[in-house]
Amino acid sequence: MGAIKAKFSAPGGVHPAYHKDLAAEQPIAEMPLPASLVISMSQHLGKPATPTVKKGDTVLRGQVIGEAAGFISAAVHAPTSGTVKLVAPVPTAAGPRATAVTIEPDGEDKWIDGMAPCPDWRQLEKKDIVEKIAAAGITGMGGAGFPTHVKVSPPPETAIDTLILNGAECEPYLTADYRLMVERAADIWEGALIIAKALEATNIYVAIEDNKPLAIAAMAEAMPEQAGAAHVVALKTEYPQGAEKQQIFAVTGREVPAGGLPLNVGIVVENVGTTLAVWDAVVNGRPLTERVTTVTGGPVAKPGNVLARLGTSSADMVEFCGGTSSPVAKIISGGPMMGFAQADMSGPTTKTTSGLLLLGPESVHAYESMPCISCGRCVGVCPMNLMPNELSQFLEAEDYETAEAYNVMDCIECGCCAFECPAHRPLVQHMRRGKAQVMLNRRKQ
Amino acid sequence: MSELSIVSSSPHAHSGSSVRRIMLDVIIALVPAVLVSLYFFGWDAFRLTTACVVTCVAAEAASRKWMGRNIGIDDLSAIITGILLAFNLPPTLPTWMAVVGSVFAIVICKQLFGGIGYNPFNPALAGRVMLLISFPVFMTRWSEWTIPSPIGMDAVTTATPLGLVKTTIGSAGALPFDFTGSAMLQLFVGNQNGCIGEVSAAALLLGGIYLLIRRCITWHIPVAYIATVAVFSGILWIHHPQQNLAPHFHVLSGGLMLGAIFMATDMVTSPVTKRGMLVFGIGCGILTMLIRKWGGYPEGVSFAILLMNAVTPLINRATRPRVFGAPKGGRKQS
Repeated sequence: MGAIKAKFSAPGGVHPAYHKDLAAEQPIAEMPLPASLVISMSQHLGKPATPTVKKGDTVLRGQVIGEAAGFISAAVHAPTSGTVKLVAPVPTAAGPRATAVTIEPDGEDKWIDGMAPCPDWRQLEKKDIVEKIAAAGITGMGGAGFPTHVKVSPPPETAIDTLILNGAECEPYLTADYRLMVERAADIWEGALIIAKALEATNIYVAIEDNKPLAIAAMAEAMPEQAGAAHVVALKTEYPQGAEKQQIFAVTGREVPAGGLPLNVGIVVENVGTTLAVWDAVVNGRPLTERVTTVTGGPVAKPGNVLARLGTSSADMVEFCGGTSSPVAKIISGGPMMGFAQADMSGPTTKTTSGLLLLGPESVHAYESMPCISCGRCVGVCPMNLMPNELSQFLEAEDYETAEAYNVMDCIECGCCAFECPAHRPLVQHMRRGKAQVMLNRRKQ
Repeated sequence: MSELSIVSSSPHAHSGSSVRRIMLDVIIALVPAVLVSLYFFGWDAFRLTTACVVTCVAAEAASRKWMGRNIGIDDLSAIITGILLAFNLPPTLPTWMAVVGSVFAIVICKQLFGGIGYNPFNPALAGRVMLLISFPVFMTRWSEWTIPSPIGMDAVTTATPLGLVKTTIGSAGALPFDFTGSAMLQLFVGNQNGCIGEVSAAALLLGGIYLLIRRCITWHIPVAYIATVAVFSGILWIHHPQQNLAPHFHVLSGGLMLGAIFMATDMVTSPVTKRGMLVFGIGCGILTMLIRKWGGYPEGVSFAILLMNAVTPLINRATRPRVFGAPKGGRKQS
């Protein structure tokens, strides 16, 4: 099956330098077990998981070490067999501390006798699929980390007709999803069918930016001719085509209402890595214990796409990629547009770590922010049609009410505005601060 | 790792644009018009441009130092104000008046409002209008210029084409001249009377194309502005060809090209939304034509742009884009 071109285009967008060539042609390489794994209980949106092990316990791979603390939460599993060395808070990639379990692998990598494999998943009920996804601790692996079992069990009155697999990977540098689509297209496609069954969705689209022809071809080939309502959609290459609301519009022409969710327009979007994790959980009975992370950037000696256990430290991953060959100025968990800068390389891989990006001093600049000159570029590139220029001025003046009236809460923090701003204004920082303060004010009322 | 890396908010990438680079591009775009002004007006163009640029930069540095702020002249914006103010002066103006205009533009119209980004009015235009109101005789005293005549008898005048038209239509009730053919070409390259930077549409257009390529301006304001003047004057012309100038004459004479390409597009004082830019350009065009046709002054570009500057915040507010996902029609939540 061939790919179709996206019929629509969301507002705004920018064209940063992509740098995908660093790692794009490197096949996924499985990393040996490191000496220690630090598994955070907060790898997802929602309440952190509750640890179920204590120091000195021995665990097997796939054993639950953190129970989901409520519906919007996700279980956490031991990524290998070994001994629990520590249960203590560590900082997450985004900053706040969360409890983490440190495991010293025993080297045997012995699986627990847990979920049964189910190659014949077509016999499963909807709720069985949802249960398996929840039991496997799967969360969105594209970045936000929303628990997948919540996404695939919409309220009964909400009809979902369309599943979109997000393979846009619009963040510069990152190639993990690209490699998965090229190497694991058939498994991803089967995962999509499993999710579509759980949702009773009849249309499946795989959305990929048109700068990834190999991935488009691989996914198109994996989809059988008779699939009918399934298409690969080639998106024009532009950041942020991977943003959920913008992608839904590009693929279907439907606009998710401001403040609403994709299910409000009958759509669920799943990242291709998440879809593969669903396949692995349902078909093979394996909970989420590893993921592919792109380790890249100028200073990395041998950039690549690494299949590593959750909890592997950034330092171990960089070591696996040949270490660094030049000075490092910035360590970013994720991509350059939306990733989180890290102070050091001790942070562990989580379910949402799509990339580990090292930037050299030549790519890191300190800017002095100037007054806004009203050039309007931020307004032109904002994919939500906001006016970041005015919002940032309201927020500088701590006028949160006006900022709320000017829709600061609709900001998706994609960074297009700050990327373009000739006055180097820290626009995203202003938006984050404004959104946090508005939330705080709302809770107070 | 003992040393900690730099931690900052995303995004960690930047387009590489900067205010200084934008201002440098505007200066580069002004070079052709500067060269043409030197060619046609010689020493006077050099004298006025130098006086304005030097005074603007010095006034910016001095006023910021006086206010206890960082000196901040390296954004190059004061140089542009100087060039544009000089471009809006007649070649015979005494140097000290140019200096007064420059100080007014920078200190009163820019720095007192908070410096770059905060001035509601285009400083160069405000400086020009202050001079025009304070020194009307000096600001409308032009050099000698030979009018291309249709009957082969060249006349020498010290008026601008628009001024000539205004006075002759006022007294005789009909146009004595026919600006066609080679006369139009003269207008296009800049062989006409006027302020030192406004005479050559060709040089200004060249700069405009550079600004478009460098993404320093978008097409919206200049095209809306010039098209409005053309349509407005076209309607008048079709209606009363004896009483009105042809649209191509209106477009190529006076300060329209300079205003539409370099002054109305001033980022700080023009709208940020694309729809707002169109409204702004159309408004400038209508006001310019109203003043040219019925106003007391022969030319209205400066007043038109300044008046539209005043309503820019309102235009921004009225043309806020519909937030993605917000209900259509009910575009604003506030």
